[in-house]
Amino acid sequence: MNEHLPVLVVVVPLMAAPLAALANRPRVSWAIALGACVWAFAAAIGLVQRVLSEGVIRYELGDWAAPFGIEYVVDAASAWVVLIVTGIGAVVVPYARVSAERELTADRIPLFYTAFLLCLAGLLGIAVTGDAFNVFVFLEISSLSAYALIALGPDRRALTASYQYLIMGSVGATFIVIGIGLMYVMTGTLNMADLAERLPAVADTRTIPVAFTFLSVGITLKLALFPLHLWLPNAYTYAPSAVTAFIASTATKVAVYMLLRFFFTVFGAAFSFDVMQLDRVLIPLALVAVLTTSLVAVYQENAKRLLAYSSVAQIGYMVLGIGLGSVLGVTAGLLHLFNHALMKGALFMAMGCVMYRIGSVRLERMGGLGRAMPWTMAAFVIGGLSLIGVPLTVGFISKWYLVQAALEQGLWPVAAVVLLGSLLAVLYVWKVVEAAYFGRVEPPAGVVEAPLALLLPTWALVLANLYFGIDASLTTDIATRAAEVLLGAGP
Amino acid sequence: MTVLGLFNYWVVIFLMMVGFYTLIARGNLVKKIIGLTIFQTSVFILYISMGKITEGTAPILMDSSEPVLYSNPIPHVLILTAIVVGVATTALGLSLVVRIKEAYGTIEEDEIQDESL
Repeated sequence: MNEHLPVLVVVVPLMAAPLAALANRPRVSWAIALGACVWAFAAAIGLVQRVLSEGVIRYELGDWAAPFGIEYVVDAASAWVVLIVTGIGAVVVPYARVSAERELTADRIPLFYTAFLLCLAGLLGIAVTGDAFNVFVFLEISSLSAYALIALGPDRRALTASYQYLIMGSVGATFIVIGIGLMYVMTGTLNMADLAERLPAVADTRTIPVAFTFLSVGITLKLALFPLHLWLPNAYTYAPSAVTAFIASTATKVAVYMLLRFFFTVFGAAFSFDVMQLDRVLIPLALVAVLTTSLVAVYQENAKRLLAYSSVAQIGYMVLGIGLGSVLGVTAGLLHLFNHALMKGALFMAMGCVMYRIGSVRLERMGGLGRAMPWTMAAFVIGGLSLIGVPLTVGFISKWYLVQAALEQGLWPVAAVVLLGSLLAVLYVWKVVEAAYFGRVEPPAGVVEAPLALLLPTWALVLANLYFGIDASLTTDIATRAAEVLLGAGP
Repeated sequence: MTVLGLFNYWVVIFLMMVGFYTLIARGNLVKKIIGLTIFQTSVFILYISMGKITEGTAPILMDSSEPVLYSNPIPHVLILTAIVVGVATTALGLSLVVRIKEAYGTIEEDEIQDESL
């Protein structure tokens, strides 16, 4: 069984999805989803341990040898992403039981878990596959189920948000297929390792730069890099709380992983940075993303929307690290991948608790919640501090690495923008804190602390924020290993 | 000759632009889906036409000593998957349009925006 872990981690959630639909009872479907997610998380821990001790795991699907068969490749970077996705999944499903019952009608709950499991399977598939076309298939599995999940939101604007995401997401995915097709026509292979070997021979044709461009645009649309982020704020705002917590901490992260995989493993850092000069596109866009979307976040009146804009800014930090193109920069990007999943997961789950009690996350309705829901708002404050990058939280670790990576290349202005972004984060986090703790209005009568079933998962992530902020040796170790693998500097 | 010899790519580019333009310029949600479908179809043709070899036959194993020239079946198989994905996307998109019509009473983008304010 252990040698089949790379495929089982995808197949178990995929198989659990129709079971959850067939069971057709909210609690039974929930139990199936919980079992699959917890199992996948355990499998992910097993995979990380194996990768750290043995190095890259290659798994041939159905014993068809690569490059003809589809190959699954788990290296430090993919194991890292699998760990993030399954970890968030295993925390969000327990949370979803109570949260979804409040926000969804009972007949939709089994289908909610089905779409959730499909989305999970798709995201994990992107992380473990070593086949370029397989990436597209898994991308569409995860995207289609994500559109359905977002459309479940209680507000009717969830429908238009989902539609907008569907149109933009499908265009992005189609751009990715065009890029993969052009690579195939030049090399005759879809296996990533094989592509990496054969691409240099045809790199100075016109087709390969065009393929590269299509892939870049498609993937940056999926990861919501400024200015292709327009689908994200509405989708995060109107989706059900559990869905926002899950998608915000996983979907864009997996797209960032796709960016790394294609640009570093398939095309190679030399082609991406020296020939195509990717850094000249990524770094300016990332900096603009950090500044403008943080500024937009400051002016939001809806707390979930505020956090959504902040997500676009945080994606800017990840892309910035990748754009620097050094081991330290990519390490910072990968660290922030994990750290941002922890903090945004915690923040959106805290907002889900607020939604559960008062049915809204608009700032003017959150007055007095600091007294009425102390644990929920304390979770928000710690998550917010982490978002700002205060020492002893995970946010500090990733910012520290990012600033170091910028200074290593003598890019003082970049480091300054990172710090300025943190200042803007202080402003928008403060807005929520001010509304909850310092508003003069009394909380609406009868509002009490959120139930334990919501608080425990939220606090699990909050404590992870603190734990990995104090003892970052494990996370930095894996992130550095992953960055070295991606840049070809290590085993 | 090269311009005419590459006519399949001209078809692809034409369809791609038609689809993409419809997707961007039209405010009607169903027309947007039509644009998206045309856009995706152009990519299907890109894949299918690049697998074809002049005078190549179907890739069937035959007992002949002569080497047989056949078209590459892999792009066709890939596109079979992509067609399934495209159908699923269209179905999901259209069902969203139905729900939007139920919730807003219209499928025109500008009217929906007016209603949301």
